[in-house]
Amino acid sequence: MSLDTETVRAIARLARIRVPGDAQDELANELSNILGWVEQLAEVDTDGVAPMTSVADMTWPRRDDTVTDGDCRAKVLANAPERHDGFYTVPKVVE
Amino acid sequence: MTMLTGLTIAQARDGLDKGDFSAEELAGAHIEAVERVRHLNAFITETPELALDAARASDARRAAGGALGAMDGIPIAIKDLFCTEGVLTTAGSHILDGFVPPYESTVTANLKAGGAVMLGKTNLDEFAMGSSNMTSYYGPVINPWKAADGKHRVPGGSSGGSAAAVAARAALGAIGTDTGGSIRQPGAFTGTVGMKPTYGRCSRWGVVAFASSLDQPGPMTRTVRDAAIMLQAMAGFDAKDSTSAPRDLPDFEGALASGVKGMRIGIPNEYRMDGTPKEVENLWRKGIQWFKDMGAETVDVSLPHTKYALPTYYIVAPAEASSNLARYDGVRYGLRVPGDSLDDQYELTRAEGFGDEVRRRVMIGTYVLSAGYYDAYYLKAQKVRTLIAQDFRNAFEDVDVLLTPTTPSAAFVIGEKMDDPIAMYLNDIFTVPASMAGLPAISVPAGLSRDGLPLGLHLIAPAFDEITLFRAAAALEEAADFTARPGETGE
Repeated sequence: MSLDTETVRAIARLARIRVPGDAQDELANELSNILGWVEQLAEVDTDGVAPMTSVADMTWPRRDDTVTDGDCRAKVLANAPERHDGFYTVPKVVE
Repeated sequence: MTMLTGLTIAQARDGLDKGDFSAEELAGAHIEAVERVRHLNAFITETPELALDAARASDARRAAGGALGAMDGIPIAIKDLFCTEGVLTTAGSHILDGFVPPYESTVTANLKAGGAVMLGKTNLDEFAMGSSNMTSYYGPVINPWKAADGKHRVPGGSSGGSAAAVAARAALGAIGTDTGGSIRQPGAFTGTVGMKPTYGRCSRWGVVAFASSLDQPGPMTRTVRDAAIMLQAMAGFDAKDSTSAPRDLPDFEGALASGVKGMRIGIPNEYRMDGTPKEVENLWRKGIQWFKDMGAETVDVSLPHTKYALPTYYIVAPAEASSNLARYDGVRYGLRVPGDSLDDQYELTRAEGFGDEVRRRVMIGTYVLSAGYYDAYYLKAQKVRTLIAQDFRNAFEDVDVLLTPTTPSAAFVIGEKMDDPIAMYLNDIFTVPASMAGLPAISVPAGLSRDGLPLGLHLIAPAFDEITLFRAAAALEEAADFTARPGETGE
């Protein structure tokens, strides 16, 4: 698979990473090389093989549905680059 | 008295118990060593005051007859991927600027509950993505081993700072994390022991996530015995990690003296790869002979899907990374680059906050998970992963443990392979398969390259059979009798 710059722009948008126009060609090249290399998996016969969804051979544990943590707003907010009145802040999203 | 920084953890434990020296003296010697090797850039954050406080508390406990166990008073280094309460945690990334966790990872909490003394947080590839420590926002780490050409070598990665610190005698042990080889490859490159436990043995809670189905914390030490001692203090079931294994811990150190007589050592055919340097092949051959000489039986086995492990990894790991790293949004912690809209802010923050390799992997991951490509890439990789794990299960019906080289070469020169991602990825060709299957594995220093740089041999055991792994590793260590030391230490 060879990616064109339009696809790179679309992936960058999905990943929410701004990629400057002059870097898109090179990135398209790099990503195409990696994808070209992983595509050797196509030669493996996987008919009837179940996809691995868990490497640990175990059943998922359950726990009681009780509150075990919380009530620590100041601690949680302490790392926010900007906060206001006990909230995280973001640029205005509603007009 | 032997230099305190030259002790093994086992020797330090015994010395503390006998009162030959105090934990404060031990910590002080290591704090000085950390300062002396500062130019190696192994640490991102040094915590000498915390270390001295913890050491004094350890001495007080011991004086009162209440030492907490083998790690009480032992100075160690922590990979800066583990959240440590009140201490800057960076994951080697610009995007976590200023992040001070309000909580402690389970593994570091376990170690501290056992009395271990934290010397500081070690450098690593950004978000543990790399095999050279070159992708760290905080700059590369210099390998304390020197070659005749005088050029600085990488310590390997991603746990490169931890490996360099242990090799340079700036910590008695360290913890790392291993996703595709990030403990074992730096172990091999620095002449230290790097051990990846079975997936689920150590809790991932509080470890900055890279690829959740692969990430596993483990010990990095100078001897196999020390790895067993450290793992004992790190591992165990944790309700806060839903993939943590609800199993009791065996006595790892107790396994070491059992020997390998009668043990069946598998030699995987597919690990004989074109282009592997002679010196690596020769060391492997030597390892096979050592095991024979110790009364083990060596058996050729086949792991037919070996060559597909690395490309499978480079679909699965980036896919999981793209999902895990979605949380870095410039809102809740770390770097924020203001934008006109929320999306604008996300895109600008992530563009500035992520380095090239992280961006590359997040974008590959986003692509292989996107509509229209999911089946062809991600689902296909998950199926091949099933086959890789099946290969190992088949092999372990016939043998107890597998022996391979750890890396296809000794440590390379800083700056090499940076313009060719796939050449860099090939560093992990021998370590990734075990990761894909969640198996425990260990790298043991076993010899020197013709340039005088360390090389490792690698053992892989069945899931949750760390006992067999440690038995074989202890025997290998004894046979290899690796006594070479790096050119640069903090002593």
